Amino acid sequence: MKLELRGITKKFGALVANDHIDLTVEAGEIHALLGENGAGKSTLMNVLYGLYRADGGEILLDDKVQHFAGPGDAMNAGIGMVHQHFMLIPVFTVAENVMLGHESTKFGGVLDLEGAREKVREISARFGFDVDPDARVEDLPVGVQQRVEIIKALSRDARVLVFDEPTAVLTPQETDELMAIMRQLKETGTSIVFITHKLREVREVADRITVIRLGKVVGEAEPTATNAELASLMVGRAVDLMVDKDPAEPGEEALVVRNLSVIDANNQYVVAHLNFEVRTGEILAIAGVQGNGQTELTEAIMGLQPRVEGSITLGGEELVGRTPRKVLDAGVGFVPEDRREDGLIAGFTIAENLMLDRSHSEPFVKSGTLQLETLATFAREKLEEFDIRAPGIETHVGKLSGGNQQKVVLARELSKEVKLVVAAQPTRGLDVGSIEFVHSQIVAARDAGVPVIVVSTELDEVVALADRIAVMYRGGIVGIVPGDTPRDVLGLMMAGETPKEAAA
Amino acid sequence: MTTTAALNADREVARVRDLKTPIGLAVFAIAALLMGFAFPRDGETTFRLSTGSDFIQLPALVVPTVGFVAAVAVLMVLMVFGALAFSFLHPRGKSPLWLVIVFVALALFAFLTWAAAGKTIPLPGLLIGALALSTPIIFGALGGVVSERVGVVNIAIEGQLLFGAFSAAVVSSVTGQPLLGLLAAMIAGMLVSLVLAVFAIRYIVEQVIVGVVLNVLVMGLTNFLYSTVLTANTAQFNSSVRFPSLEIPILSQIPIIGPVFFQQTIIVYLMYIAVFGVWFGLFKTRWGLRVRSVGEHPTAADTVGIDVNRTRFWNVLLAGAIAGMGGAYFTLDSVSAFGKEMTNGMGFIALAAVIFGRWHPIRATLAALLFGFATSLQSVLGIIGSPVPSEFMLMLPYLVTIFAVAGLVGQSRPPAADGKPYIKS
Repeated sequence: MKLELRGITKKFGALVANDHIDLTVEAGEIHALLGENGAGKSTLMNVLYGLYRADGGEILLDDKVQHFAGPGDAMNAGIGMVHQHFMLIPVFTVAENVMLGHESTKFGGVLDLEGAREKVREISARFGFDVDPDARVEDLPVGVQQRVEIIKALSRDARVLVFDEPTAVLTPQETDELMAIMRQLKETGTSIVFITHKLREVREVADRITVIRLGKVVGEAEPTATNAELASLMVGRAVDLMVDKDPAEPGEEALVVRNLSVIDANNQYVVAHLNFEVRTGEILAIAGVQGNGQTELTEAIMGLQPRVEGSITLGGEELVGRTPRKVLDAGVGFVPEDRREDGLIAGFTIAENLMLDRSHSEPFVKSGTLQLETLATFAREKLEEFDIRAPGIETHVGKLSGGNQQKVVLARELSKEVKLVVAAQPTRGLDVGSIEFVHSQIVAARDAGVPVIVVSTELDEVVALADRIAVMYRGGIVGIVPGDTPRDVLGLMMAGETPKEAAA
Repeated sequence: MTTTAALNADREVARVRDLKTPIGLAVFAIAALLMGFAFPRDGETTFRLSTGSDFIQLPALVVPTVGFVAAVAVLMVLMVFGALAFSFLHPRGKSPLWLVIVFVALALFAFLTWAAAGKTIPLPGLLIGALALSTPIIFGALGGVVSERVGVVNIAIEGQLLFGAFSAAVVSSVTGQPLLGLLAAMIAGMLVSLVLAVFAIRYIVEQVIVGVVLNVLVMGLTNFLYSTVLTANTAQFNSSVRFPSLEIPILSQIPIIGPVFFQQTIIVYLMYIAVFGVWFGLFKTRWGLRVRSVGEHPTAADTVGIDVNRTRFWNVLLAGAIAGMGGAYFTLDSVSAFGKEMTNGMGFIALAAVIFGRWHPIRATLAALLFGFATSLQSVLGIIGSPVPSEFMLMLPYLVTIFAVAGLVGQSRPPAADGKPYIKS
């Protein structure tokens, strides 16, 4: 089915998320929509799917103008979507999720579950999926959940399928499999819109590429375009894709982790028997697919996990069993993975956020009173130093862009005397300019002789920053390898293979 | 070495000792030991199993008080050790459910025997009372389950019960038709729900606050109308015609169960149907699938074309109708007049039953029955005269509820979007 968007405009208050966007996707074509985070790709697709109402423009399917009041209309017209955050009910089974909204029923509204199971099995067989229709979705790995999303869309005979950042949660191998599925769908005449900000994937699978920047279409490209060409189109200027850094000069072992385990509320080991060390002046990257224990590891270091076994020493001092306050006092700078939830208080000003972890002592507090002058001077300095783009230090942090919020976090964590930096997903959701800045700050910390742990699910980031790479899988470390390890080896390790198996 | 650890990490389970169960059981066992040995009571305890009008007469059960209580106490101590063994040897440290159930049954039986030494416990009366006291709570809990499953916290159950009771009394008195009274109770419950739904869904007001305010509002309104209108003309407005008791043929002749469950009014039979209906509806039908999807993940429901707020609105109204029926029980079955604040906090107990029953209609019903049983036990023991002070006995139902909710539930998981309004951009 041919999809055409003409002059789509969507505003959120003063912000124009989509500004007269035109897009044509031919039948049986994989059309990549490339753009940075915040460029307006997802907004556009939510307009197409009827989740948002456009302020202007029209949607055509096979040259007929459509009017979608809600997702139901879009689906009936043949549009399916695989959402970035899966739209699945965790406590429902696969079959229940697939049938929801277009349930076939027997007498008296009784669900025809057998029919739904059959449908799941039939579509699974067509694409070689191994999906149990009676499995609960919350018990399934994310890769399989994504397949459930695909089955869900196909069970409604979607002829246009939108994939919204589908590879963010996948291992490189799963990503390859997804590409194969996309090609298979294309063979059957399904049109595919593939939203992403990852250049490599685009070039591999797309027939045509449309690049969006700041809510506008800035150009079309062929899949033969180089990475640098695509990147400069996406960002609007030439981009240096590599991080500038000198070889590491590691010193003595600073952080030593021995037999570290974290037990969750269900008595499961979510981190199991970790052993590693980080030297001064080196970056250890923790790679792995999301949800393999990385979050719990960083929280264990910070004293945020209630049940931790084993030992973590920083310069000989034991950290396990300390409160977060005492861990911070030991000289740990922490960039949490969810800056909005854990890194900042959105309703506080930049200045207040900059002193959040120093509210108990001088110079910012004397006899229980905030030293506003001192704080203001300090905050102004940091605004300058960390290139935080804001009207002033009294601006509420919630009003800043993601990149500037992250700079506030970095400014707070790095402008104290740090003996260890733990940065979890430091560039998630940031634009390229901010990513460059964050990376340079992390490298600068390393060059100042600080041991650094960077947790990232982005292989590009891991490869760009790491001096050594520890790959986590199901709570354990599969192996620790040098920073120049080939990507395919890292990819296999992320799926649980040992370095030797992976290199073979 | 690290690899095997990594690969096995997801299967590895930390050893835990759940000492909560053995400690809890030990408290009961100590109490039983005290009853059996420190404060033995002489005589025999009689359990009457049939009432005079029963079709099949069962002989009464007579046990020697001291010997029986002492024997059960020893058995209970042994079971505590059993539970301890499970804590240390079982990989998850959990005692099996059957052990707990058998233990609780034994403890209850021992307590009854001890408390009624030298006297007679009328078992059918105890159970009939339990069901009678449970019925409005069950209706209220079902209303709570439906409302919260669709994602709207329903604190207003108490108000729905009270307004239902009031409306049923007035309409039944005026028309002389209990069936119209029942209808009026359902409409009254829906009216309370309507306010809740409009404020919670349309105006996105905090649901707990709306619910609390509604309870107070209904209480004030019914108190006012009661003192100004109902007491002025009791004969016309507040002498409701009650439903007659209907015996179900054959079933009502089963010993013990028959007279308890099958010699009731139509409201109680409707309650059986409602329990089954809500369970069947929630888990087997399209309606239920959509209700649960809206309560768990409204955005996902929206993306498959379900109108989240409309679904919520109508089902909150349905919940009000169900709770309203519970209100009708007070004035169309229990007594034939409305009294000030006659629901007496039953709506809040229903709320506890919803949580204790983990938002499941059958489990919530069982929780409501537990409360009803505790209340009935308290009144039976009060009548036959027990050695336990009556003040303590009055606390019993609430103590049971607190312990049940706190101890047995553990971590119960509400519907994920319960209480969270759904706002579209």
